[in-house]
Amino acid sequence: MPISFDRGLEGLDHNIITGTLESLVKWARQKSMFPATFGLACCAIEMMATGGPHYDLARYGMEVFRASPRQADLMIVAGRVSQKMAPVLRQIYDQMMEPKWVISMGVCASSGGMFQNYAIVQGVDQIVPVDVYAPGCPPGPETLMHSILTLYGLIQAGELTRRRERNGGGAGILVDQRDGQTAGGQPVTIGKA
Amino acid sequence: MPADTTHGSLINETYEGSQELQPRKGLKADELLREIGSVLRMSEAEAADLGNRDPGSDETMIINMGPQHPSTHGVLRLMLELDGETVLRTKPIIGYLHTGMEKQAEDLTYLQGPTNVTRMDYASPLFNELVFSMATEKLLGIDEEIPPRAQWIRMLMTEINRLASHVLFLATNGMDIGAIGMMLYGWREREEMLRFLECVTGLRMNHNYIRPGGVAADLPDGWRDDVLRLLEPLPSRLDEFDQLMTGQPIWRERLQGVGVITAQEALALGATGPILRSTGVPWDLRRDMPYLFYDQVEFDVVVGTYGDCFDRYAIRLNEMRESMRIIHQILDKMPDGDYRIQDKKVTPPPRARIDESMEALIHHFKIFTEGFKVPEGEVYVAIESPRGELGCYMVSDGSARPYRMHIRGPSFVNLQTLPHMMRGGFLADGVAVVSSVDPIMGEVDR
Amino acid sequence: MEAGTDFAVPATTSRGQDVLHVPRERLAEFVMELRDEHGFNMCIDVTAVDYAAHHAPRNLPEGVAPERFEVVVNLLSMRDHRRIRLRTQVPESDPVVPSLFDVHPGTEAMEREVYDMFGIRFEGHPDLTRILMPEDWIGHPLRKDYPVGSIPVQFKGVENAR
Repeated sequence: MPISFDRGLEGLDHNIITGTLESLVKWARQKSMFPATFGLACCAIEMMATGGPHYDLARYGMEVFRASPRQADLMIVAGRVSQKMAPVLRQIYDQMMEPKWVISMGVCASSGGMFQNYAIVQGVDQIVPVDVYAPGCPPGPETLMHSILTLYGLIQAGELTRRRERNGGGAGILVDQRDGQTAGGQPVTIGKA
Repeated sequence: MPADTTHGSLINETYEGSQELQPRKGLKADELLREIGSVLRMSEAEAADLGNRDPGSDETMIINMGPQHPSTHGVLRLMLELDGETVLRTKPIIGYLHTGMEKQAEDLTYLQGPTNVTRMDYASPLFNELVFSMATEKLLGIDEEIPPRAQWIRMLMTEINRLASHVLFLATNGMDIGAIGMMLYGWREREEMLRFLECVTGLRMNHNYIRPGGVAADLPDGWRDDVLRLLEPLPSRLDEFDQLMTGQPIWRERLQGVGVITAQEALALGATGPILRSTGVPWDLRRDMPYLFYDQVEFDVVVGTYGDCFDRYAIRLNEMRESMRIIHQILDKMPDGDYRIQDKKVTPPPRARIDESMEALIHHFKIFTEGFKVPEGEVYVAIESPRGELGCYMVSDGSARPYRMHIRGPSFVNLQTLPHMMRGGFLADGVAVVSSVDPIMGEVDR
Repeated sequence: MEAGTDFAVPATTSRGQDVLHVPRERLAEFVMELRDEHGFNMCIDVTAVDYAAHHAPRNLPEGVAPERFEVVVNLLSMRDHRRIRLRTQVPESDPVVPSLFDVHPGTEAMEREVYDMFGIRFEGHPDLTRILMPEDWIGHPLRKDYPVGSIPVQFKGVENAR
């Protein structure tokens, strides 16, 4: 529909979206999130599978994993964090620019997993503030997408910043495992909780 | 390098820690004499110390690649000594994924062992479980009595896992060289294989399916059709990959003649698997020291000639074709029978009997909490994993937990060939070389 | 070839596998002899075991005194399709073993791992530093007196944590 200047500003009705600045900022933040590559172990393979064609992270615009932390806003800690890797993890997190979010993918990142020993940090929340914990060993791509979508929903609702202020660190939301849904050939319904 | 004052002002603003580019300092004369080789033997503390000494006339620089880097295949850190773009010496620094699995194994029973070991080589987890189970069975003395169906099922599952692992290699190798679409094609194939594995074992990865005594569950009904449906599009897809990569001039330029290693070097360094076969040595444990029923199936061992990255890529591509051949033969030869040994000591009772018999309930309880005791002794068992010789050295002291379990990870030993392959090449070739070695850091660091 | 008769060191078998027990001073030259004269051209694995908590009989031949540590070397002969295993006793008071680096350069990383995990030093190794743990780590994790490091779960209602 062409803009008609004869009617002055009234002609622009169909071409303007209005909203609060806050909701526009939140919308921009969640819809253009770039994940940083932090794949460590088995969960990294499932993270790559989530970016693959079957489970397709590209529909959220997230398939480009930024190698440089300065260009990324989401860090998905995928895998077990060893004592030697912990300072590196913190350094990468510090190099990311605000606003930044952390998803702790898998049980090893969330709590040390099955490796309760001298070598593994028992939960990456000892090093960085975590916003969403995704359980599973490894969490399938559906669980990872569920955690990403949960993060989006919380950013949109503003719930994330509220929880962060309350906790003094990360938001710390635990999602449930959603694997095996498409194994029987059932279609994935996007957006369904 | 610029004078120190400008460098100093830059340091304060963007100091990146030990990843900072440090100017090269003069090595001591005796070190230089000893170091005509390709391995950069400098401890991390010394490398960090380099920045504190006075700058001389710098010709080469020592830079750090990783551990967080898109092309290091996991958390591998490389300290490279560069002269311009040419790589002189390299030191691979590992340990960023050290999980203490060998220590953990001493705390877990033999039935829990495969859960632990399977997370070492996470691209082909069933191989780790297989070698652990084979070592346990040898210690128990039941390795000759495993039912044939169990062995054939193990062969089927591990060959499908080999397919999945090689597809992962093709995907990551393609992406590292620049054929980014290969990542998507590779994952398309892998999903089909993981779907089958999920159908049989319940999990897409880290299955804990191959256990001492056999396998955890029988193949589901209709598995033959599932396997045929899995294998059917593969030959044409592999031809697609051939078209996309093998004949393509850019691919060849980037991989042929890059990362060359000779047979003597590979043997001396203990390299096995596609790296050794790419140099022309036709050593494959499946044929030369057969285990399971590999002596009853026909397949070729794929061998390269030049020992370069292209050979390793071609070997893995063709090993996929050989694996498909093996799987077709397994489909014909799969016998009926038990899927695990019926030895009460090792095998839990069938689940249905637990509701009926108290004795079965106690038996089940004891096996899963206490575990079964393995007689005292030590063994070493090795199989051919997609990366090379995967071995398990196990010492038992008669209790229900291994006294010492050591996994000889092929990637751990294969990484030693990296400095020799990267010497004299460009930094970009270094990426291709790391990718062609196909290390999985889980089994490097354990 | 029968086990042990050709090698002039005490030999045993373990589950059908040949094991030779080599005194530690002779380890490097013995491995070189095996490589040059008997065709064991590949060193597959070098690892160690800490027998401090082992309370069962150790299957050692006569004349071999058991020590706390054992270094185990696995060799492969591609010519004969044969494996052989060497076990060397290493005392706790003096945990030093000659390095196999000059015979098989591929043992470099494996010996570093043994040093890192057990504290056994290899004489003649070009760069004996920690490989898996951070360089300034104290202690040798795979020794039996080093705890697993599991943190008790602080969960209300659980009396004895695993």
